[in-house]
Amino acid sequence: MPGMRSSRLTPATKMGLSIAIATGLYGISFGALAIAAGLNLWQTIALSALMFTGGSQFAFIGVISGGGAASAAFSAASLLGIRNAVYGMQIKQALRPRGRHVPWMAQVTIDESTAVSLGQADADEKRRGFFSAGVGVYVLWNFFTIAGALLGERMGDPAAWGLDGAAVAAFIGLLWPRLKAMEPVLVALAAAVVTAIAVPLTSPGLPILITASCAAVYALATGRRSKPATEHGELQNVREDRA
Amino acid sequence: MSELSWWILAACLTAYAIKICGYFVPRKVLDSPTMSHVAATLTIALLASLVTVNAFTSGQELVIDARIGALAAAIIALIFKAPYLVVVITGALAAILLRATGMAA
Repeated sequence: MPGMRSSRLTPATKMGLSIAIATGLYGISFGALAIAAGLNLWQTIALSALMFTGGSQFAFIGVISGGGAASAAFSAASLLGIRNAVYGMQIKQALRPRGRHVPWMAQVTIDESTAVSLGQADADEKRRGFFSAGVGVYVLWNFFTIAGALLGERMGDPAAWGLDGAAVAAFIGLLWPRLKAMEPVLVALAAAVVTAIAVPLTSPGLPILITASCAAVYALATGRRSKPATEHGELQNVREDRA
Repeated sequence: MSELSWWILAACLTAYAIKICGYFVPRKVLDSPTMSHVAATLTIALLASLVTVNAFTSGQELVIDARIGALAAAIIALIFKAPYLVVVITGALAAILLRATGMAA
């Protein structure tokens, strides 16, 4: 990665590394919850190493643990990953990477690396922020996923350890930082109501996808009011407050 | 490989394909106000839906048990700006505590 200086840590590198530690640590909860959901060790490791986007990984195991079909888990995880395409576009615009860097940069284009990068003022700092947060989270997230999975394998009954409560907390923790305006709050409440109505009427897993469809229709109908993603810095607030 | 493993692999490949799309799809396609609005709204709706499913359902039934206490405890932790891992542990502890004291199933 060009622009990295080894001698001293810049503010962007420090921010990236501190977010990497904070985020990496909760790989423990992902690993343990994936095992509790019924995945084996290798399936859990694959999700962190290959999928590597926390929200989608939690969504996948959240559908499985609720008794949903693997195809429904696949759909929920994929829909939740769509925001990463928007991030990739923003990172491409901000860092103007060379073509040969794109394959690995794409893999570490997630909430944290995008937020740290776009939060910086100058181009070199943007690059350092993306690199330190992206690679840092990747390494630590995978390490702690394995630790959590090994721990999960020894835990036995998930409810006895409060792991079902931990899963609820994990999802509200991912949602909370995004509820900073009235519209997201209303969208979240409406989504909860639609899901609750759909649960008794459809098979497990489907309520999440029905809710996603409703949200997409709503967003398409109201989309013209918001600005293009590359013109606003709202994203940078999403995760920084957690470091 | 089991069916679940194949779905996991497919989901991983799709996640990567979506990420790389951001770099290769022409900007005017993705950088529309509609696209960013859809992505943001979908993210919020899916997470809210997952909260609901994990907190209030058991199979096809809506239930109230210790997990609602976990949700409340996690929200309190979030209001006090606790780090993510603390929020997760708070949720687990609340569920354990409610069950141990017999206040919830």
